Amino acid sequence: MTGGPTFSLNGERRPWSDITVGALLSDAGVDVARGGVAVARNGEVVPRPSWDQTAVQPDDRIEIVHIVRGG
Amino acid sequence: MDAKVAHKGLTIAGKSFGSRLMIGTSRYPNQQVMMDAIEASGAEIVTVAVRRVSLESGGEGLFDLLGDRFHLLPNTAGCYTARDAVLTAELAREALGTDWVKLEVIGDDETLFPDVEQLLRGAEELVKKGFIVLPYCNDDPITCRKLEDMGCAAVMPLAAPIGSGMGIRNPYNLRIIREQVSVPVIVDAGVGTASDAAVAMELGMDGILLNTAVAGARDPVGMARAMRLGIEAGRLAFESGRIPRKLYATASTPIEGAIEL
Repeated sequence: MTGGPTFSLNGERRPWSDITVGALLSDAGVDVARGGVAVARNGEVVPRPSWDQTAVQPDDRIEIVHIVRGG
Repeated sequence: MDAKVAHKGLTIAGKSFGSRLMIGTSRYPNQQVMMDAIEASGAEIVTVAVRRVSLESGGEGLFDLLGDRFHLLPNTAGCYTARDAVLTAELAREALGTDWVKLEVIGDDETLFPDVEQLLRGAEELVKKGFIVLPYCNDDPITCRKLEDMGCAAVMPLAAPIGSGMGIRNPYNLRIIREQVSVPVIVDAGVGTASDAAVAMELGMDGILLNTAVAGARDPVGMARAMRLGIEAGRLAFESGRIPRKLYATASTPIEGAIEL
């Protein structure tokens, strides 16, 4: 990886580009129309209505989660 | 009378349920068996987890499958610290639109026993943030009382380790917990078969949360029904009041009028 800015997505380091959380979700192939998805940025939940206004910053830690089976 | 009111079902945080069983969604042979087993169990509260989306394969759409039909209860399984559990609960609230959370903060992955210190910390924070907190905890009356004092909507002591199927290992502690707290007591973890569920209910527990005992049974749908019946039978026996145990026999047939030779 080059020395350019990066951010982390679900624990994977990626080259940073100027993108919103909403666009990041689409790029990641997450069907946002479907329920049961949530996003955290640097340990804080990004509410769904803010996805398209929230820019990913260099060094951000983004977590995209969904509902799965559990006990 | 309390028992008569309770007979109508389980009430947690002002919300009433006809079934006293909560069931998990993990480890079934396939999705159809899972759906059939949940149906057969009669459970209205169904637990789910929160995990990272796989960036290769996308989601499985569990929310769309279950969200309309059941009261989904997200857990914080896999969390080792209060901090992780709080963020997981917040993500679940965002993903599901529910304030309810099964708070699970474990100490290690071999026993899956709760880390009490972290659990109490997490519970306190989540209650402050407005969550309806249902903590998975040890069968320790003091911990349960602290959780109630913090404002948890129920306490969920284990009967035995998660997934062990060992049954009700300490019925006396469960009884003490039932006497010591006023919120619902849900036995979470350890139930292996229908008689375990019945025993828990006969002890006066308000409900049972289980997963592996049904999902891992040879016939999960049959076992789900067995659990439903076991819980109903156990609860009814509790409400009906069992006879005292005695060392010697008492004839059930009257002696009067018996012939004498």
